[in-house]
Amino acid sequence: MNIRKVLKGLYALWFREFRVFTREKSRIISSVCLPLFWYFIFGNGVGSAMPAGAGNYQHFIFPGFLAMTIIFTGLFAGAYIVWDKKIDFLKEVLITPLSRTTVFFGKAMGSMTDALIQSYFLLLIGIVLGIPFTLSSILLSMLMLFVFANGLISLGLIIGSFMESPEGYGLISSFVIYPIFLLSGALYPLDNLPGWMKLLTRLDPATYAVDGLRAVILGTSSMSFTANLLVVLGFDVIMMFVGTWAFKRMKL
Amino acid sequence: MESIKTIELKKTYGEIKAVDGINLAVREGEIFGLLGPNGAGKTTLLMMLSTLLKPTSGTAIVNGFNVVTRPDKVRESIGMVFQDPSSDTLLSGYENLKLHALMYNLPLKEINKKIEKVLELVDLQKRQHDVVKKYSGGMRRRLEIARGLLHEPKIFFLDEPTLGLDPQTRQHIWTYIRALAEKIKMTIIVTTHYMEEAEKLCNRIAIIDHGRIVALDSPENLIHATGGDIVSLKGQKLNLKELESLTFVKGIKIVEGKFQLAVENAGKNLQEILSTAGEVEFVKVHSPDLNDVFLFYTGREMREEGDEVGFMQDVTRAT
Repeated sequence: MNIRKVLKGLYALWFREFRVFTREKSRIISSVCLPLFWYFIFGNGVGSAMPAGAGNYQHFIFPGFLAMTIIFTGLFAGAYIVWDKKIDFLKEVLITPLSRTTVFFGKAMGSMTDALIQSYFLLLIGIVLGIPFTLSSILLSMLMLFVFANGLISLGLIIGSFMESPEGYGLISSFVIYPIFLLSGALYPLDNLPGWMKLLTRLDPATYAVDGLRAVILGTSSMSFTANLLVVLGFDVIMMFVGTWAFKRMKL
Repeated sequence: MESIKTIELKKTYGEIKAVDGINLAVREGEIFGLLGPNGAGKTTLLMMLSTLLKPTSGTAIVNGFNVVTRPDKVRESIGMVFQDPSSDTLLSGYENLKLHALMYNLPLKEINKKIEKVLELVDLQKRQHDVVKKYSGGMRRRLEIARGLLHEPKIFFLDEPTLGLDPQTRQHIWTYIRALAEKIKMTIIVTTHYMEEAEKLCNRIAIIDHGRIVALDSPENLIHATGGDIVSLKGQKLNLKELESLTFVKGIKIVEGKFQLAVENAGKNLQEILSTAGEVEFVKVHSPDLNDVFLFYTGREMREEGDEVGFMQDVTRAT
């Protein structure tokens, strides 16, 4: 394997994703504003219905919204590859001497950059909003978001590689994005759920990301940060493995 | 050496035989045309030769490498212009070329020089920093031709390079391709369903219909093989048997209600044909072109339906 060749390929694929991202302003604006709407409107609305002394609900859901940007933008960014199929840009990439594995990681890196810029930006807003951050909790949150983004983008790329046309996009949000988000405990504590639902939340990788973020940001969680991080890392490894396989078998 | 060789190459989708046993040998340095109606299997064939599709059976060797066992080597040897536009509309022309250069592992120092060169070749230097969204269909095509040439491939595939372009731009593109073939030594494989284009440009042409090659030769020989001139006759009660027995009539076909006679030296023999035929309502004599060649081998006219769709259909992204 020629390292230079792989690096140049990765850079090219990353650069393309990044350029497209910076030129599609509407996507950036909507993906940053959506979690903020939730935070202010939903957070205030439900927060005001909470009994006094239950803790600050807006603070409680903030880690959830960090995860939310990753779930929404990351998964969509990954599945966006179906548009590359539609606009035939993917053919141009697949006909180059780059291996499918390189193509997979190049795309993943590009989408990672998009998703991380957005979630890190929200992290910054969190500081302004008075979420009790410390330097170490910021760095650990960034680490968790990075690892989580990698897994979800890989999942998005896998889904996108199987999709034949962008018409299936709506299905992704109904059957992948919303379940992952709603079951993650981003909006409510998972402790008192009925058993079957608890099981589902345990199968959701986002649960661990949210719990891990809460552990470092708010100091309340059901598992330790490290344990959560390890679970999400495990999810990453599986997703990257399946992803490179999916790209190798991908047809146009 | 042969640039491309295929042996009994097949691609089937369930019952449908998209490519049904194609044997080809394309010589180095020639402009080779694949001519056939839409859906004849030209694009499928090109997809297999460029490793984007796996053949169902048979062998294809491109620049000495088997497309199934050495796809990486094949991809290094070829350049391709796809039927549908495949440049990224949100990137500039220059950025599209730069990406391509990186993906082909061109030496960093040479990239800008090479981009300059291909841009000059297709006359796009002035617009290179505009996003491709602002390009016309013809400009975008030219950009993609430039991109396909950037890594100096040994074999250049062009899939319907003029589809959906207006006649003037079409003319333009062909001029570029012809100039290229003269300037850069490489093998060019071009698919088209425009007869006059194929006739003017290609050294040899393979006529493809229903996934098979029905004829393969130089345009001149193909035309010659139809047996001279074409006389079309229309009438209620023509004496077909008598016509057929005339020595200079080489064949009779029925095409859309008319009888088409392949005739040697029609100018001299028309008188006798008309007197033999009986009551003729309509007569037309013309020297054959590739359209007649296609008709001759397949018994059908080559239609140009669905001509202008595809290329200009611009796809907007979801936001």
